[in-house]
Amino acid sequence: MVRADIIKELPYSHPFLFVDEILEIDDDHIKGCYTFKNDEYFYQGHFKDNPITPGVILTECMAQIGMACFGIYLLKDKWDQNAIAVAMSSNEMNFYKPVYPGEKVTVISHKVYFRFNKLKCDVSMSNTKGQLVAKGVIAGVAFNK
Amino acid sequence: MTKEELLPKLKAIIEPYVQNQDGLKKLNENTDFIKDLEINSANLVDVILDVEDEFGIEIDNEAMEKMLTVKASIEIIKAKLSEK
Repeated sequence: MVRADIIKELPYSHPFLFVDEILEIDDDHIKGCYTFKNDEYFYQGHFKDNPITPGVILTECMAQIGMACFGIYLLKDKWDQNAIAVAMSSNEMNFYKPVYPGEKVTVISHKVYFRFNKLKCDVSMSNTKGQLVAKGVIAGVAFNK
Repeated sequence: MTKEELLPKLKAIIEPYVQNQDGLKKLNENTDFIKDLEINSANLVDVILDVEDEFGIEIDNEAMEKMLTVKASIEIIKAKLSEK
């Protein structure tokens, strides 16, 4: 895994951390993955007797890998977990395949721009069969706490 | 470019990001993007990037931090245009 240290810098923890590994990272893109556990809390209610990962959680997973991890990398020396917070500012997402408990997803995020502490990316998620699960645009900001 | 020429161009740029339409109707030099138009800080970045594209100028961090009102924005755009 490249840059395991970045995951430690994330402001999320169980049960809301959706990043297992960062596989690739440079100034233009990031690739990472997450395996949804069989006992994730939201499967209890989404849906009744029919557990499927909610789209908002898929979006969150894409934002944690494609925005938060990527943004921390791009901020470089300016990143300070104690002083800086991150927030999603917008997203526009389309969904193509369901993600079931136990499934591993891979997220790829390509930078559209990173200016004035705002990061906007084209993001996509695929499953282990290589099928497109979700695709869209996410933007987020980093700001002083 | 005069102030009178710049204002409608700036108004067209900010319009898609405005949440307070009443503030847009009353747009004047003293209009504050965040307080009067309720543009969020993330969309303020989009305003700056659109200004760069529209006028072919580059806005640095220092200038960006000042561009919170119509008046300050027009002054900065005029200054950057004169440097070209």
